[in-house]
Amino acid sequence: MSDVVMVPDISRTVQKWRKKRGSLIMALHEVQNRYGYVPRNVSLQLAQLMDVPLARIYEVVTFYNYFNLEPPGRNNVSVCLGTACYLKGAPDIFDSLKEVLGLEDGGTTGDGEFHLQSVRCVGCCGLAPVVVMNGQTLSKVRPGDAKDITARAKKKE
Amino acid sequence: MAKLTAEALENLESEYARTHRERSWVRVGMSTCGIAAGAEPVYKVLCEEVRKRALDVDVQRTGCLGKCHAEPLVEVNVAGAPRVLYGEVGVDAALRILDQHVEKGTVLSGMVVPTEHEGILEGQEVPRLGKQLRIVLRNCGIVDPSKIEDYIARGGYKGLKRALFDLGPEGVLEEFRIAGLRGRGGAGYPTWLKWKLTRETEAAEKYMICNGDEGDPGAYMDRSVLEGDPHSAIEGMLIGAYAIGAQQCYFYIRAEYPLAVDRVEAAIKQARRMGLVGKSILGTDFSCDMEVRLGAGAFVCGEETALIASLEGLRGTPRPRPPYPAQRGLWGMPSNINNVETLANAGPIAAHGGKWFASIGTKESKGTKVFAVTGKVRHSGLVEIPMGTTLREIVMDICGGTVGGKRIKAVQTGGPSGGVIPETAFDTPVSYESLQELGSIMGSGGLIVMDEDDCMVDIAKFYVGFCVEESCGKCAPCRVGGKQMELLLEKISARKATAPDIVELRRICHAMQKASLCGLGQTAPNPVLSTLRYFENEYEALLS
Repeated sequence: MSDVVMVPDISRTVQKWRKKRGSLIMALHEVQNRYGYVPRNVSLQLAQLMDVPLARIYEVVTFYNYFNLEPPGRNNVSVCLGTACYLKGAPDIFDSLKEVLGLEDGGTTGDGEFHLQSVRCVGCCGLAPVVVMNGQTLSKVRPGDAKDITARAKKKE
Repeated sequence: MAKLTAEALENLESEYARTHRERSWVRVGMSTCGIAAGAEPVYKVLCEEVRKRALDVDVQRTGCLGKCHAEPLVEVNVAGAPRVLYGEVGVDAALRILDQHVEKGTVLSGMVVPTEHEGILEGQEVPRLGKQLRIVLRNCGIVDPSKIEDYIARGGYKGLKRALFDLGPEGVLEEFRIAGLRGRGGAGYPTWLKWKLTRETEAAEKYMICNGDEGDPGAYMDRSVLEGDPHSAIEGMLIGAYAIGAQQCYFYIRAEYPLAVDRVEAAIKQARRMGLVGKSILGTDFSCDMEVRLGAGAFVCGEETALIASLEGLRGTPRPRPPYPAQRGLWGMPSNINNVETLANAGPIAAHGGKWFASIGTKESKGTKVFAVTGKVRHSGLVEIPMGTTLREIVMDICGGTVGGKRIKAVQTGGPSGGVIPETAFDTPVSYESLQELGSIMGSGGLIVMDEDDCMVDIAKFYVGFCVEESCGKCAPCRVGGKQMELLLEKISARKATAPDIVELRRICHAMQKASLCGLGQTAPNPVLSTLRYFENEYEALLS
């Protein structure tokens, strides 16, 4: 992934944030939204543009759960393991998704097709248990739905 | 749009209110949970059909109606028929509602969600809903969050106006002292005192910060307020900023809440255009601007000093207090941080006075509290009750008890910092003090119902696991103690533990409470201690 470079519209937005104090996290959000993760080359450019050491950027990126250093899969499956979902059987859903995809928490399939992760509460506790598939929240999911969910995502492409 | 003056605000209010009363409407609940359940296609088809059929009805988007278990929700109010809330409305059902209810005035009784809304008049400022009382959620599910007009029509920014023209900063502090409003984020510190301390510290700049980093899994009232009624938080920020003497405000919102971020940003823009945010607010010499900053998924950033570090663009690690943020906060300047729900109370308090607010609730805990009731309960959703309501009333009367007649074992309040409360204590009136006496805390307002199938050791392990993951690692008691607790709980679950392990578990709990640097570590043992207090038999049953 060494060929990833910062696209002009991102560098413009970053320049805008540079004028504001303490906005490194906001600039990183712009990067993550664009690429789905924080590529190393982009971090290098960001360090220059924002005039902060590269170490500072990595210090921040590795602290917060929201930022990724690895590219995500084409389909991203997040299983909510917040309290309400947990009580309503989310661990079983997570297990069956792990089995269907052959992945552990945070893993990506070899072909880059699926990325599976657990998240802590997406704030839809009334619809528990929920799974977020490529940004879309699926409500009242059952463990038996795992195959269906992944098959539908593949079909959509 | 011309900048508003105080007089113009009043005229607008009555004008908007009049036009709102005269219209028939269909509302679709479009907060995150509504959209997740499929509200968007419902809203779209309603808009298209109303236009096609040339019906004299407004189709409106609104925020959380509180009945999360029955999303997507559509509420209908047309002349000649009662105001009705429909639940689990898909596209087909939406069309039936138009055919039958809107066009012919026939209620589709099979889809009606029982609601306390019936009989509430538009424009009535504090709706009373059965055992509920809505101050914080006064506009949620009623206004279109993207329209400042709706907020103003329901008396919005009246509190700000009274603060600026009648009270003055000292007067605001006095009203809030009388009101007895305490922080709704968890700790319950008196809001007026926090404001006063920040006001009294002399500095060139001061900051007002809204804590919208709702990290407690199982609580989503802050999201619902920001999504459903963003102006209530903005008005609260302005009143607080005026009282402490700040000219810059920050909303710190979880990145996991993109809809809340969008709606707050849009609302700030509208308020700025109308002269309610920015220079010379309502024509006075009070100027105050605001910006949104995003969190990035760190529970510890709900802690004040960690939140400030994060706003400065650093790792969100807490630092020892004192100095408190009121003395040295953001960029070393005096700063005040309030939770979203706290701020949503500020407008009504400034408008109606502290005495009115203090008349609600118990002796020490005034006003209302919003709870997100979830878990093994029939009607999960957002509930706002006056302090002093009992847990039994919340769980059994308002939320309908459990599904399938299972016996309720306990509720958990306060999330990872709180504890469990057994069914035998459900008749306790809810207040900061009473929940603390029971070994839990009010917390941000997650209330999770557990039935006879739920293992309390497992629950304790769940919360400890959460805190281990979210510990920032700065201080040893939290970093090491949390992990050791987790290992011991795993050992107990695996039926490999003996009695001395429980003694050891208690010892670690007490050490963490005393020695941790911040609230996260100090309160992380609460779920363990409270389950041990009420359900030690479940631990003992697992000993080898």
